[in-house]
Amino acid sequence: MHEMGIACEVLAAVRSEAKRHPGKAPRKIGLRIGELAAVDPDALRFCFEAITRDTDMESLELEIEICPFRFRCLACGHEFVVQNYDSQCPQCADMKTECIGGQELDLAYLEVEDHEPSAVGTKSTQ
Amino acid sequence: MNRVPLEQKVLSENDRIAAELRAHFQAHGTLCLNLISSPGSGKTSLLECTLESMPRDRRVAVLTGDIQTDNDAARLKRFGFPVKQITTGGTCHLDARMIERHLAGWSLPSIDLLFIENVGNLVCPSSYDLGEAAKVVVLSVTEGEDKPLKYPSIFLKSELLVLNKIDLLPYVPFDMNAAVENARRVHPGIEILKVSCLTGKGLHDWLTWLDHRRRAIKPVETEALT
Repeated sequence: MHEMGIACEVLAAVRSEAKRHPGKAPRKIGLRIGELAAVDPDALRFCFEAITRDTDMESLELEIEICPFRFRCLACGHEFVVQNYDSQCPQCADMKTECIGGQELDLAYLEVEDHEPSAVGTKSTQ
Repeated sequence: MNRVPLEQKVLSENDRIAAELRAHFQAHGTLCLNLISSPGSGKTSLLECTLESMPRDRRVAVLTGDIQTDNDAARLKRFGFPVKQITTGGTCHLDARMIERHLAGWSLPSIDLLFIENVGNLVCPSSYDLGEAAKVVVLSVTEGEDKPLKYPSIFLKSELLVLNKIDLLPYVPFDMNAAVENARRVHPGIEILKVSCLTGKGLHDWLTWLDHRRRAIKPVETEALT
């Protein structure tokens, strides 16, 4: 259960990025989480809600894109989504393949918009 | 609405410290290994066997992590090498900052081989880079052979799988071939060693692996670890 620590890192990154956009309020933070990143999106959402509740970030939306477990064939270059851990190339049947996706734990984007008096980011940060 | 691309790792602060640690390890020729397993798979036993087999003048050190107690450090200190306990107080994994903090006071140029024994957990430690040269995952035969499929992240990220407690194979319904096959389904290139810390079987292969791995870091040194 390390999702709380990850939620705190996400929130810290939002606050850090928000400082670079004076006069604007953060609305949505976009994450990319790989299927094999060992991070549970539901647990992360739960933690994120818990640490933003009753703060200036309460209405900040968390959008999570799940990235599939993907491999590339070293023989023919074909890229494919791995089903049931079968890493054999479906195109040329070669076994020499490498993982190219599925371990992401990335901050993709932050959406900000002009401040409104009642919007997030107007109270002092905690 | 204005969308600002971020394109950075969520754990970028951890990764920054880990990159600094990795640079220090490489600059000083220190091979750092991050040992990860479920609780009770035998990480500490493997380290006991490893330290016991090494001459006292070998430059080996251990950071051992647990949620509570310094029991593991007490077990490992018996062999005369520098050992420090990292007590996380509830955190289910080690992070790079903990490693940086606990390395204070140790001189890296005088350490050739640094073992980090992570908190017993197959999930969370896989997310945190500690600056290690390689992760080593330990799986014991009293666990299920489908563990690599249930906890794929750590098997994917580990360079070596140590299958431990093979002395118990006659007494437990563990399908060794299936375990190997499952590990290779998740990570086709993973290296696999089979050991028993109780009988010593397979330990020579582990020590040879350590020696080869250390030479890859510090090729000028020619003497063996064992």
